[in-house]
Amino acid sequence: MFNRAFLAAMLLAGLTVASAGCVDSRSQAHAVYVLVDTSGTYANESGKAQVIINYLLGTLQAGDSLAVARVKSRSFSEKDIVAKATFDARPTQANAQKRAFRDQMDSFLRTVQGSSYTDITGGLIQGAEFVNETGAGRKTILIFSDMQEELDKVTVRNFPISLKNIRVVAVNVTKLNTDNIDPRRYLGRLEAWQKRVQAAGASEWKVINDLERLDAIFAKS
Amino acid sequence: MTEMNSWMGWTGNSVLSMLVVLFVAMILLYAARVPMHGLIRVAGHALSGPMRLGARWLATMAEEMKQRNKAVLLAHGRLETGQRVDREFERIGILVTRDLQGYPTLQRRLLEEVTRLEEDYKKCGEVPPPPPDWVEAVAAVAQIKAGGGEVVQKILVEIRDSIERIHDKAIAEYRRAYQTRHGILEGFMPYWRSLDKTMKQVDRKVADLQESATAVDAHMEKYKQIVAKTDESETTLTNSSYTQFTISVIVLWIALGGAFINFKLIALPMSEMVGAGDYLTASLRTSEVAALVIILLEASMGLFLMESLRITHLFPRISNLNDRTRRRMIWISLVLLVTLAGIEAALALMRDMLIADKQALLQSLATAPAAAAGEGWIGRIPTAGQMILGFILPFALAFVAIPLESFIHSSRTVCGVLAVDFVHVLGFALRVLGILVRLASRALLHFYDLLIVLPLVAEQLVRSVRGREPGEKARPLDATDKSASPF
Repeated sequence: MFNRAFLAAMLLAGLTVASAGCVDSRSQAHAVYVLVDTSGTYANESGKAQVIINYLLGTLQAGDSLAVARVKSRSFSEKDIVAKATFDARPTQANAQKRAFRDQMDSFLRTVQGSSYTDITGGLIQGAEFVNETGAGRKTILIFSDMQEELDKVTVRNFPISLKNIRVVAVNVTKLNTDNIDPRRYLGRLEAWQKRVQAAGASEWKVINDLERLDAIFAKS
Repeated sequence: MTEMNSWMGWTGNSVLSMLVVLFVAMILLYAARVPMHGLIRVAGHALSGPMRLGARWLATMAEEMKQRNKAVLLAHGRLETGQRVDREFERIGILVTRDLQGYPTLQRRLLEEVTRLEEDYKKCGEVPPPPPDWVEAVAAVAQIKAGGGEVVQKILVEIRDSIERIHDKAIAEYRRAYQTRHGILEGFMPYWRSLDKTMKQVDRKVADLQESATAVDAHMEKYKQIVAKTDESETTLTNSSYTQFTISVIVLWIALGGAFINFKLIALPMSEMVGAGDYLTASLRTSEVAALVIILLEASMGLFLMESLRITHLFPRISNLNDRTRRRMIWISLVLLVTLAGIEAALALMRDMLIADKQALLQSLATAPAAAAGEGWIGRIPTAGQMILGFILPFALAFVAIPLESFIHSSRTVCGVLAVDFVHVLGFALRVLGILVRLASRALLHFYDLLIVLPLVAEQLVRSVRGREPGEKARPLDATDKSASPF
């Protein structure tokens, strides 16, 4: 009788492992794409960008992906990706990768130069492409910018974009001088972005201005 | 509401309409009394009958289960008590072989010592030579008066001197004889001690034997009661099973706590071996499952070790193996257990290193200056502690096999008793429900008659009028009377 029970337990364990094997391990991974605005006066905020990237490096786990790209006059290009990494499954290797990533970011942020225009949409399209390619289950695009898009005359961005199942988080959205004169401009700008992002199919839109509360980046609303 | 009133107001007066409707309904109900009573009775029987039947079946089943439980319990008790008696006999056998094997030597030694003592005793019994017979002659000479002249005096002096010499010689001889006897008596002492020691040994061994015999008697008495299938033995065995069940559950919980600590120790470092990014389910990492598998393997090795040592008897095939194969199995299990314990100790060390690495990374990422890390031997205590725990816990887990066996055996009895109780309760509930349904059907019959009380009263009046006629008798109305018919 005991033998029968033991065999049943073994069978159950086997079935559990077999069914569990069907689960896609990539679906549990997290891909984060950070857009760092380097245009105009916002380039001075680069120190805060470093804080956010360090936070991400400390939070992301082995198997997760992280990429940092800059937002300049035209941002829809792989060349704008400053650093990217998919962290190794082994924690020690992942830590080594994170250290290398941090060093890369340090040198980039020290030598960052401002651009004339701000192409946030191009950066978003590029970011969506990156996070979708990783095949991660959770995809997030962080926009470190004042969210004031400025395009030159030849750049075309007024078309619908796709951000399906991607969370978009705007971080450190600073107020411009004109916003101070009329706050409705600031609120209207954020609202317009929210509409555009949600129309693109994003799963969530969030604005975080307090860098003390970076844990809200990954918190579900 | 208007539609409702429309059919009620066909007479122009709603109260009158209502009364007419009630009257018609009453007549219809009265007309349908017999079939309706029959229907209600049949429905009541149809519901309560199976319930009663079910209750009876459950009671029979509970009794059967109880008998089966008793049979299993007694069989297990017989086996266990038989094993205990066997063990006691084995102990007595060892005792008898060990002690009584040396008994002829012991007896010979005792006899030799007793013979020696007897001989020595006899030697002690040899009295010293008695004083010479001429003592009386000397006493007579001593009475001679000294005034007999110089010659007599001289003779007397010589006699006295001779006597004194002889006396001294006799005394010396006497003393020597006693000295010899004292020497012999003194020589008794080691033999007495040896005899005393030997006797104490014999006494102790006999007492041990007696104790074992008493234990065997007690077990045999218990065994007899089990074989006789007495209720007392069943109660004793059930209570014993409850106790075993409770104790084994407590110990298993403690073991589960140990396994959890073990899991915590090796889950993180396992991610370095099998990767931290693989998931089996949404929240279950492969590394965590691997850690769990290692712990289960350790528990299994412990189980096999205990089985091979014949401490537990969960797998009869293992305990029935020949001694050579069993010994091989002991060694294989032990080696694997030690290897797994070593791996765990190494993983515990790696865990510490991984945490330190992560900490260093976080500190380098933080803007605040790094806190000074604990250095020196104090800082190494947690690492050493983790390693020791990692090495010891697998061996501690190995002993889980003992409470596990207790749990499996006692849970059969406990679950059996609980199942019987549950079936009893179910049977009781069905019985109560059946009675309630029967009573409800009776109440419904009365209620039905209450609705048609006017036609019934009229019927009773008619019957009573007819009852006055010769040959007929008025009959009271009874809703539960099956033969009652309005026609």
